[in-house]
Amino acid sequence: MATAVLTTAPLKRDDALIEEFGYDDHFHDHHHGDKYRSNFVSHYVFSQDHKMIAKQFLITGMVWAVIGAVMSLIFRMQLGFPEESLTWIKPLLGKWITVNAEGVGTLAPDFYYALVTMHGTILVFFVLTAGLSGTFSNLLIPLMIGARDMASPLLNMLSYWFFFVSGTIMFASLFLSTGPFAGGWVAYPPLSALPQAMDGSGAGMTLWTISLVLLVVSLLLGGINYITTVLNLRTKGMSMWRLPLPIWAFFVTAILGLLSFPVLTSAFFLLMLDRGVGTSFYLSDIYIGGAALDHVGGSPILYQHLFWFLGHPEVYIIILPAFGIVSEVLSVNSRKPIFGYQAMVFSILAIAFLAFIVWAHHMFMSGINPFIANFFVIFTLIIAVPSAVKVFNWIATLYGGNIRFNPASLFAIGFVSMFISGGLTGIWLGNSALDIQLHDTYFVVAHFHIVMGVAAFFGMFAGIYHWFPKMYGRFMNKTLGNIHFWGTMIGAYCVFWPMHYLGMAGVPRRYYSFDSFQAFGHFDGMNKFITIAAILTFGFQLLFVINYFYSIWKGKVVTERNPYQANTLEWTTPIRPGHGNWPGKLPTVQRWAYDYSKDGIDNISQLHPPLETESEPH
Amino acid sequence: MSAIETTLDPRMEAVTRRSKLHPLKMLLFIGCGSLVMMFIALTSAYIVRRASGNWLEFSIPTIFYVNTLVIVVSSLTLHAAYRAFKREAMGAYKGLLTVSFLLGIAFIVLQFVGWQDLAAQGVPLKINPSGDFIYAISWLHALHVVGGLAALFVTLLVAFIRRRIRNTPARKLRLELTMIYWHFVDILWIYLIIFLSLQR
Repeated sequence: MATAVLTTAPLKRDDALIEEFGYDDHFHDHHHGDKYRSNFVSHYVFSQDHKMIAKQFLITGMVWAVIGAVMSLIFRMQLGFPEESLTWIKPLLGKWITVNAEGVGTLAPDFYYALVTMHGTILVFFVLTAGLSGTFSNLLIPLMIGARDMASPLLNMLSYWFFFVSGTIMFASLFLSTGPFAGGWVAYPPLSALPQAMDGSGAGMTLWTISLVLLVVSLLLGGINYITTVLNLRTKGMSMWRLPLPIWAFFVTAILGLLSFPVLTSAFFLLMLDRGVGTSFYLSDIYIGGAALDHVGGSPILYQHLFWFLGHPEVYIIILPAFGIVSEVLSVNSRKPIFGYQAMVFSILAIAFLAFIVWAHHMFMSGINPFIANFFVIFTLIIAVPSAVKVFNWIATLYGGNIRFNPASLFAIGFVSMFISGGLTGIWLGNSALDIQLHDTYFVVAHFHIVMGVAAFFGMFAGIYHWFPKMYGRFMNKTLGNIHFWGTMIGAYCVFWPMHYLGMAGVPRRYYSFDSFQAFGHFDGMNKFITIAAILTFGFQLLFVINYFYSIWKGKVVTERNPYQANTLEWTTPIRPGHGNWPGKLPTVQRWAYDYSKDGIDNISQLHPPLETESEPH
Repeated sequence: MSAIETTLDPRMEAVTRRSKLHPLKMLLFIGCGSLVMMFIALTSAYIVRRASGNWLEFSIPTIFYVNTLVIVVSSLTLHAAYRAFKREAMGAYKGLLTVSFLLGIAFIVLQFVGWQDLAAQGVPLKINPSGDFIYAISWLHALHVVGGLAALFVTLLVAFIRRRIRNTPARKLRLELTMIYWHFVDILWIYLIIFLSLQR
């Protein structure tokens, strides 16, 4: 399909098209110049411009990602090198490193649990939910659908600041004398419901809950904005079936969030009553120090149902934006229309629907009825169908394409690889019988880190490398980006692939030390290998952070509006769009977003009306 | 605040919007839909927990039913206030708005009396999850009503500070948003009271 004779000759320029077909909404009659640049605070801090809010989400997310990753390195040190002295981390962790008479420092077991809990909470909620969705939904929805801004820029700003306050509270909980919450990111009662259960269950859990409730508020404010903007503020000609795939993904993600996060809030509400008021929604028959507590009649399983009713859609809230980003990046960089556009949309919708009826597959070992478990097994395995549709479509998009290898497309291809590797183990774990062996082992850790953690990060990296020119008017360094990709790709497999073997042998997750388990002794070498790989992979992420901040000020300047010859509307704005995105008229849309290599023409912008010679306009 | 005015600007709206529904109204409808999920979660938890036994059966205090009438009437008076606003009938608008606000306060007070009645009839907090669920659900609903009262209070304040009421699109929209939310907490309570009485 891709040949050297591709041309752009008969096409009109974007500016001319906007002038000819765009419509005048009088936006600039009301906004003389960019009001948002009027002072530092309203431009950089309390900004209502969706592009600035996107950058705020991204940079805050990056700070959290580094904090969360450092935590994982500390507990990986404990797992890989339990004999080594950790005295050198004492300046960072203080009393959580206990130094004995010989000067050998060890990590306090309580704090190990706190680190694991915080690592999960931070990465799942702060980085891959708020950071990923917040960044790209904000940046791309108005730009790609041809809107001046979000439906409510004020609520959009509040969405970021709720996220910021929520993060501040979570960060503060790290410095409590009793430590942050340590009962696992899922916060199952009774550890989360009884303040006296363990150190982190007191003030740590209180701050954890407050922080997460504020985060839910932030996500809901963002979510209602994303949905309304997509439904109500699309430009003329932008029908739902002409939306670029990232917008479909962000739209469905927001719907998932709005339906599932309130359920988590309700679960937390009952949890708070159990903790603070002394009710017994989740607690029953508990003895502490030989004395019975007066909580009677509650059910901890009820919490698990409510939690996983959020928790399962949550993993799609994390991965769907990555789906959308990868679809766009792959299509642009293989110079081919996305294969099976409608199938891609329907598979997103199918996954979103199934997300709500599979939650109990997290609870096969919690004592649910095995007959009911069968239903959840079947629905869980059905998710493989739309997922496979997506994977085949990505591969078919690449097949025969004139592929441009750059950091964005490499990460997008890497995403497909990770999604396949992690998705296949999902089929194992979805079986309730296999789950008896694999539940709460490193097999589960390997599965969700690859399919949801690494894959979502790959989608995020692809998006950052691809749209960095739109954010800052400069390119990120390509060589550093390529090194970052290969380091991360190889590194991530080295970290998580071996964990499958640990898991199949039954090595349980969340354990501080395996000293007392003879059977797991022969995995010492593998654990060392994983730790070393994790440290190296982290080093490559620092390279990315350096590249990011270096490129903001020193990167290669973007000199043309549409550096990738892409079709979507964000590339028809000025290189550094001001508030309102388009300086004059709003563009109108004449076709879908994926006319690449059509009729011998390299790419046809969404602005372009049907050509006389064109076969089957979309 | 310029950004809000941007979205409220009728001339800009006319050309940008896809549907006749104003974006901020759509925003509120979707937000309310999301809040409904909180209560669906709680009422589902109620059903699941009830099915597993050790469940105290009792009937809910009459005051909760009376209170349903109070909040329904407040919704109606608010709607009447809205119609008065559209006619720019200042006296009627202020009066009906005040009545709605006071009925809202009365709802919260009567809910409080209802919780005391519940305790007095032998179902205080912490006796059995069946009672605790009623407290939790009605507390959470009351919290949402308080949010509506805050919005009503601001509307009331503005109504009494302004010398003249003009039916401008921006002000009409603000009143409509307040009213939609107030109707929402009203309908939510009707759902909850029907749910709780059907469970007996």
